[in-house]
Amino acid sequence: MDITMVYIGTALALVLVGLGGVLLKRNILKMVLALDIVETGVNLLLIGIGYTPGREAPIVDKTSFFADRAKETVNAANLVDPVPQALVLTAIVIGLGTTALMLSYVIRLYAQKKTLDIREFGRLKW
Amino acid sequence: MKQVLAILALLVLAFLFAGLVPMASKPGNGAVGDYYATHGIADNRGSNLVTSIVVNYRGLDTLGEVTVLFLSVMGVGFILRRREGTPKYSPVPASPILNTGANLLFGSILLLGAYIFVHGHLTPGGGFQGGSVIASGVLLLILARRDRELSHDLLAWLESLSGFGYALVGLVGLVVAGSFLANKGVLPLGTWNRLFSAGVIPIIYILIGLKVGAELSTLLDIMIREPAPEGGGH
Repeated sequence: MDITMVYIGTALALVLVGLGGVLLKRNILKMVLALDIVETGVNLLLIGIGYTPGREAPIVDKTSFFADRAKETVNAANLVDPVPQALVLTAIVIGLGTTALMLSYVIRLYAQKKTLDIREFGRLKW
Repeated sequence: MKQVLAILALLVLAFLFAGLVPMASKPGNGAVGDYYATHGIADNRGSNLVTSIVVNYRGLDTLGEVTVLFLSVMGVGFILRRREGTPKYSPVPASPILNTGANLLFGSILLLGAYIFVHGHLTPGGGFQGGSVIASGVLLLILARRDRELSHDLLAWLESLSGFGYALVGLVGLVVAGSFLANKGVLPLGTWNRLFSAGVIPIIYILIGLKVGAELSTLLDIMIREPAPEGGGH
């Protein structure tokens, strides 16, 4: 079995664990945490898709990476895919922003009803 | 009943995911990734290809991303704004251990954060990571000096000036080299794997680092100064 399959499998399992948390938990704080677990799983999945065993991180810091030193072309077969890594960098930052926003909503909701149980917030306005 | 349905849905999803695993774990890069890996040095001369993609090839996306972060900080500030009649934040004084530790560490954390975003085009790291490190130093300072207010004016200025600088660098590229956020032809690309290389990439990443550091510091300050929910208004 390939090591990449372990990464991808773990990532998808994390997504399932997180979705399970969102669907089954009643505590809003735990639902926010579960969404964060989904996000971590998706990030790991993207990194896993771009990963190829035996290749190095996409940082060209050795002359041995070059295919042609004069033309400055790099032998891409030595490096893992840099695109998913850039996407995940973006996703982590956006995830931080959404988590902060969700947590401040949780603070507000708790201040209103003194409870974190999602069933107490059934009405559209409170 | 609802829980049984949820578990059933998760099982179906798990079955679908199991089919995805061999498909997603194919070796090799995508065509775009291969292009960036092969020609990234010739185009930008930045050793870190991820930084080249984030700041140059997809620089416009990153401008949007920085805007999203700004909007979320603004949203948090709006949601947690102090209403009439809510009690003021009354801090418990920090222990001498925390105070001394914060004094000792704050400078070096700031330096580490600056190092990370200045070397974003050479080593793993960059503006977002360095900004987060700086914000963690500010968090330590907020916890140690709870009686003092963080200067929101300074942070707001730092944040808006660096955001403005990012857009300005993009516009300079538009005027000088013909495309927004262009790198080639705006500044000399320098020597590969040196600090002064990769043209405008380090400049943009330093601006991003300052912006993210200021934004996250503001975020932490807003959240910590939120009064305890016992006194929450209606």
